[in-house]
Amino acid sequence: MVKRVEGEIHIDETSVVFAEEGFNILLGTTLAGKTTLMQLMAGLERPTSGEVWFGGKNVTGVAVQKRNTAMVYQQFINYPNFSVFENIASPLRVARTRDAEVKERVHRVAELLRLTPMLNRRPSELSGGQQQRTALARALVKDADLVLLDEPLANLDFKLREELRDELPALFAHRKCTVVLATSEPTEALLLGGHTAALHEGRVTQFGPTAEIYRRPANLLTARVFSNPPINVAPVVVEEGNVVLSESVKWPAHGRKQPLPGGSYTVGIRPHHVSPIANGAGAAEIEGRVQITEISGSESVIHFEHGELSWVSQSHGVHALQVGEKARFYIDVARCMYFDGDGVLI
Amino acid sequence: MARITLEKLRHSYHPRPAQPADWALKQLDLEWSDGGAYALLGPSGCGKTTLLNIISGLVRPTEGRVLFDGVDLTETPTDRRHIAQVFQFPVVYDTMTVHDNLAFPLRNRGLPEADIEARVREIARMLDLEPMLGKRAAGLTADGKQKISLGRGLVRSDVNVIMLDEPLTVIDPHLKSQLRSKLRELHQRTTRTMIFVTHDQIEALTFADKVVVMQEGTVVQIGSPVELFERPNHTFVGHFIGSPGMNVLPCEPSGDAALLAGHRVRVDNPPSGPLDGKRVELGVRPEFVHFGGEGVPVDIVKVSDAGRHRIVDARHGELRIKLLVDDGSPIPSEAARVTFDPAHTRLYADGWLVE
Repeated sequence: MVKRVEGEIHIDETSVVFAEEGFNILLGTTLAGKTTLMQLMAGLERPTSGEVWFGGKNVTGVAVQKRNTAMVYQQFINYPNFSVFENIASPLRVARTRDAEVKERVHRVAELLRLTPMLNRRPSELSGGQQQRTALARALVKDADLVLLDEPLANLDFKLREELRDELPALFAHRKCTVVLATSEPTEALLLGGHTAALHEGRVTQFGPTAEIYRRPANLLTARVFSNPPINVAPVVVEEGNVVLSESVKWPAHGRKQPLPGGSYTVGIRPHHVSPIANGAGAAEIEGRVQITEISGSESVIHFEHGELSWVSQSHGVHALQVGEKARFYIDVARCMYFDGDGVLI
Repeated sequence: MARITLEKLRHSYHPRPAQPADWALKQLDLEWSDGGAYALLGPSGCGKTTLLNIISGLVRPTEGRVLFDGVDLTETPTDRRHIAQVFQFPVVYDTMTVHDNLAFPLRNRGLPEADIEARVREIARMLDLEPMLGKRAAGLTADGKQKISLGRGLVRSDVNVIMLDEPLTVIDPHLKSQLRSKLRELHQRTTRTMIFVTHDQIEALTFADKVVVMQEGTVVQIGSPVELFERPNHTFVGHFIGSPGMNVLPCEPSGDAALLAGHRVRVDNPPSGPLDGKRVELGVRPEFVHFGGEGVPVDIVKVSDAGRHRIVDARHGELRIKLLVDDGSPIPSEAARVTFDPAHTRLYADGWLVE
């Protein structure tokens, strides 16, 4: 599929087959193409070229109204003049469902989303979390074949986000629908599990089981999309059996199942594999000048400079290093990922 | 810059407040030293914005005083308090260049052009805005505009305090962490007093030296990020800070230990007196719960992979216990038992830490 708008590429030639069960997560930064891809799937937009298939049928030209799709957005969208009950019931009213059935289905979904005590209120009388629960309930009540959730947790307070994220998988667990959720937060993708499509500049750089593409990203772009804080990336040379990062930082190139042949590579090292404390063998020392330390109580994120490059270390506990201080860090070399000149994982 | 003192402050939006719920801000005494980095943290409606508005002078408190360096400013209007504010949505002069935006407060004060030039350059360098000085502010991204808002506060030498009200709300998620680091760095370089208001624990903890945690108009704890994490004063702080938050488990006190569903659990703060009639709970963070050969038997309900570690949901009867297990460490498949690190396991009575 390709989507161009006034000559600008929004979705670059992309093919994905989404999973029928569990979440399908679209992971990428703003403007990576997540929303466009969802609009194409929903039928709100038409692809410039390519096709959308659903359940073995080509639905490319099928109007939105003729598809059984539900969508939830980042903004809490509800009918302000309707009660929570009527908000949830609205798709059933459109489908002219019998009153008794409407009542039963709305109550069932409300119970699931813990909205029962709020059914008579207006959306404006609800907290942000409850407003988004109402929007989710409306998506669930109509038994859609395809549910599209466009960053549904992004506008929620930290704790509400955590709570709803925890509940989401169970809400969809026993439903016969395909679920696609967009997010820009790698941790959110991991915790929701399922499958993930990493997106970068309108292109799916990898699709697969979420934990797998996090642990073995096929390419550097996916590794970058799937790391927060940003993954450390540096050019290295393999020579005389060593991986050489700089004059002072090198480590043995063996110790992998398949040894790295000599040559130039890009190494990718996740921030939590760069530690301010030496933890046993298998670590390469790297010295750097501390730029900034962020301590969040349970962990420390230290930004430091080594040569021309900025590095990030993320570790448990409190390591209060001062700005400008020279400090030693330890790279867990067994966890390093190597990419070739095209950015493909070796 | 200034030391800020809040003295016996109370505020109600009701004309005649009668019951506790009428007070948006319950009694509050607070002192912020000159040059500190502070955060006001709490959920929506906790009173943090009311407090901010009282400090800036937009709201006159029902009771109490606001002092800057010991001088009572409670009745002083906002424009004479010398405060710089950065709001959720960037406020810039769209038609002006970045340079003129930064120079604006100084020109207003009639400074000599040469001084303005030097000051604007210095601040632009700190904010990484130097290459954009000649550009129109309208063309900048949200994070660039937010830097200008902040820069207009930083160029002035007469500012008592810089107040940031949820300044990262409209910033792209992947730029948030960069701007967060930048704010922290700027504070360390300029040592201006800064107050950062947010509902986001990560923003508060990474920015501030001291965090004021608020709930329902009350300050529940003031502490460094480490204190809030390691020794929450209240179960609300334990829950609100940390992800996932602290386990709060109903229990019974028993000498120097607690009885958790009949199992003895050692605690760091055995009560010195009786806790009769109070709701007694055990607080322990998921980081300090471990699988072991002894302890409380549990069923494992769910394991979520967070990459660096896994979040395990375990259950013993009605009790739900969360654990964090490092990536690579084993999770027992059957007959699981959990133990609690006694140095990080504490008793709470009616929500408050037992002293």
